[in-house]
Amino acid sequence: MSEPMLKVEGVQAKYGDFIAVADASLEVPEGMIVSLIGSNGAGKSTLMDTIAGLHKPSQGKIYFKGEDITGLSADKIVVRGLSLVPQGSRCFIRMTVEDNLIMGSFPKVVRKKCKDSLERVYELFPVLKQKRNDLSGSLSGGQRQMVAIGRALMTNPELILFDEISLGLAPTTIKDIYARIKEINKSGTTVVLVEQDTQRAIKTAKLVDVMLKGKVVLSGKPEELSDEDIKKAYFGI
Amino acid sequence: MQVIQVIINGILLGGIYALLGVGMTMMFGIVKLTNLAHGEFIIIGAYLSTVLANAIGVDPILTIIVTVPIMFLVGMGLQSGLINRVMKIGSEPALLVTFGLSIILADAMLLIFSADAQRANVPYNTASLRIAQGLNISVLDLIVFCISLATIIVLSIFLKKTYLGRSIRATSDDTQAASLMGVNVNRTYAIAMGIAMATAAIAGMCVSMKWVYYPSSGGNYLLTAFGVVVIGGMGSIPGTLIAGLILGLAQVIGGANYGQLIAYVLMVLFLAVRPQGLFSK
Repeated sequence: MSEPMLKVEGVQAKYGDFIAVADASLEVPEGMIVSLIGSNGAGKSTLMDTIAGLHKPSQGKIYFKGEDITGLSADKIVVRGLSLVPQGSRCFIRMTVEDNLIMGSFPKVVRKKCKDSLERVYELFPVLKQKRNDLSGSLSGGQRQMVAIGRALMTNPELILFDEISLGLAPTTIKDIYARIKEINKSGTTVVLVEQDTQRAIKTAKLVDVMLKGKVVLSGKPEELSDEDIKKAYFGI
Repeated sequence: MQVIQVIINGILLGGIYALLGVGMTMMFGIVKLTNLAHGEFIIIGAYLSTVLANAIGVDPILTIIVTVPIMFLVGMGLQSGLINRVMKIGSEPALLVTFGLSIILADAMLLIFSADAQRANVPYNTASLRIAQGLNISVLDLIVFCISLATIIVLSIFLKKTYLGRSIRATSDDTQAASLMGVNVNRTYAIAMGIAMATAAIAGMCVSMKWVYYPSSGGNYLLTAFGVVVIGGMGSIPGTLIAGLILGLAQVIGGANYGQLIAYVLMVLFLAVRPQGLFSK
């Protein structure tokens, strides 16, 4: 079996003395959609932040495309092809939609492709082209999420981590965004989805990991995992 | 005609006020740092300009070709080597560092240049343009206004249209999201300080031509810069220009007796009624 695109080995991440991620390990094979599910406070977002370089791990190792990226800062990780769409979109609200997207082309390695990437994003989310000159702070929650996804795509990633992308969005918007995520994956980008909506996450993914109290306690293909197994792992019962 | 003259004088004065505040508003808006040494940076810019102009016998305006890059690099070094490290502990220690820095710089200038008053001599110091009967514009004031306006316009274009400018704006919005786009936040802070000091170099050159200055003059310009930042809105470059014009007009309308008073009453009013300033960020 070929080397996974992302490999997380025994990662621990803390906020002061509080251990948010205890001993998490997971593997993301190239080209797949992997869903990471778990209840509130399971440590999913902290794990994503740690992988993307926003949070330094206190233990463990993270490998991306076989290279050790443990403890590298976010600006150094993104140029290697790993991008995070953070929880709550985190758009630059005082910048226009287009300026937000162009910010995704900030790394020098992708600047030459800025124009093509921008067209690709506008094809994927036509509404963003219509609103290119609007401040992102004036957009709806769903549109902001599209900006955040588009911005991540502009970095030309090989792997995108989506953190709680459906949080607070209307069901029709969620459906639309998930359809786009599948398109992104089909074009060759590996995807990790962090979700609380277990049904949707399982339905979309080819591999599912369940986190509980800072650890990945269950892992497998959706068709191999029973509802009972997932429920037990999810709630720790 | 007298009213028009007052308005013109106020606008011209407002231009340099905006320039005094633009570096400070950048540091407020981007680095979230109250730079209490900004006044001293302006005076350093004034001394550098005067010394250089006298040494090589050129117009002080030309000295910015040398002083702007020097101050930019010093600013970057200062932010990377000192302030970024202190900011890891918190914003209050960083504030205290800039306060300490202002005292050190003022004392150092006193040692080097003595307490004697300085002013750059320019041939157009007293020249004026006659527009109509009883309506004149000081050539020096017009030049200083144009330099201030050009600086603010160039800075605005840089922030809006370049990758680096966008990265500075993005960092001021959300540091973590900016780093996810490949922005090195500490480096961006250093560049912001470099730009702030570069604008202080230009402001200092203008101050040296327009007013008499001493090593201890920094405090006065810091207060003016504060007024501009408070009225214009922290981090807003267009706000800086408008606030500068408001303060300039207030000062000229109030005259020698009430000018300062009106300006600071305005500042206090803004703090009480609209603390985010005119162009809130």
